[in-house]
Amino acid sequence: MSYSPIITRLLAKAQRTDLPTFAVGDTIKVHVKIKEGDKERVQIFEGIVIKKREGAQPSFTVRKMSFGQGVERIFPQASRIVEKIEIVRSAKVRRAKLYYLRALRGKAARLKEVDRVK
Amino acid sequence: MSVSGLLGKKVGMTQLYDSKGEVRPVTVLQAGPCVVTQLKSLLSDGYDAAQVGLVEFVKDSRLTKAMKGHFAKNNLPPVKLMKEFAIEVEDDGSTGVKVGDKVLVDLFDGTKFVDISGTSKGRGFAGVVKRHKFAGGPAAHGHMFQVQGSIGASSFPSRVFPGQRMSGHMGDVTVTTRNLRVLGVDKDENLLVVEGAVPGHRNGYVVISKAKKPPRERRGFSGEGTAVNPLKASKRAAKGK
Repeated sequence: MSYSPIITRLLAKAQRTDLPTFAVGDTIKVHVKIKEGDKERVQIFEGIVIKKREGAQPSFTVRKMSFGQGVERIFPQASRIVEKIEIVRSAKVRRAKLYYLRALRGKAARLKEVDRVK
Repeated sequence: MSVSGLLGKKVGMTQLYDSKGEVRPVTVLQAGPCVVTQLKSLLSDGYDAAQVGLVEFVKDSRLTKAMKGHFAKNNLPPVKLMKEFAIEVEDDGSTGVKVGDKVLVDLFDGTKFVDISGTSKGRGFAGVVKRHKFAGGPAAHGHMFQVQGSIGASSFPSRVFPGQRMSGHMGDVTVTTRNLRVLGVDKDENLLVVEGAVPGHRNGYVVISKAKKPPRERRGFSGEGTAVNPLKASKRAAKGK
């Protein structure tokens, strides 16, 4: 859906600027705030970024293998539940969306690591 | 400034995240800029009000001579739309409103709830299922499914009672949505962000005013204009709580 320029500007203001820039294929640790009753704690979701959605309301999808089961989580970039993001390693990828990883398991699901200039 | 509301335009809807990380459906409104075009007074008109106009580009040929004279009287810019709003009288009896005053979105600073009126989307000639939420009939096995069925009895009363809900024109009427929560005010771009939907299509004109009946105070919640019930307060005091 296309937004009016006014809403695009408003959403741009609502975006977070404190998160680091990362690319598709990077392995990242997302520190997620979790509320239990009135207590708040931080849980780390570590996995490969398989998709980044750009535009007025950007988001990114992180995939990890959890006890042999693939788990994907979509994080809106403007959301405040993400406390911080750590980049663990970067990989060389030739696709914008790494959906092919869903069909792969174990050694086949590895990506070729590269040193990206920070 | 103490006018109770202003005129604006619906920009559209989107989603915003609050501090808890929860997503809120919001409507973005272009609120103003407006100008006070005339003051109605108790002496000359029988009531106190301010006529407020929405400042927007208007083609000169679209204005009548009467309108031009109305604006020229007080050196006002031509306005697209005008509406009367109540004036809030301050404690010292003054209103602080005069003709030519700007009415901007900062009017809603500190306001928690607003009422918004707009013209709802026109649905044309709509059937009973869409217009009155009739259940309709079964969808298969040779049935008619968007019809209403019987509209009354037979030889008595031999007529259809007034008020029988039938198909007809739907929408394109003035609708007011009360108590929309204000989530943000952008003074640079004259924007007002409210939670929830607002009547009408995008770019439709809306009347935004401070909530007439904001929600009553509940546990852990304090709405604006919440009055303490003196009767209950005195009973509570008598109980010694």
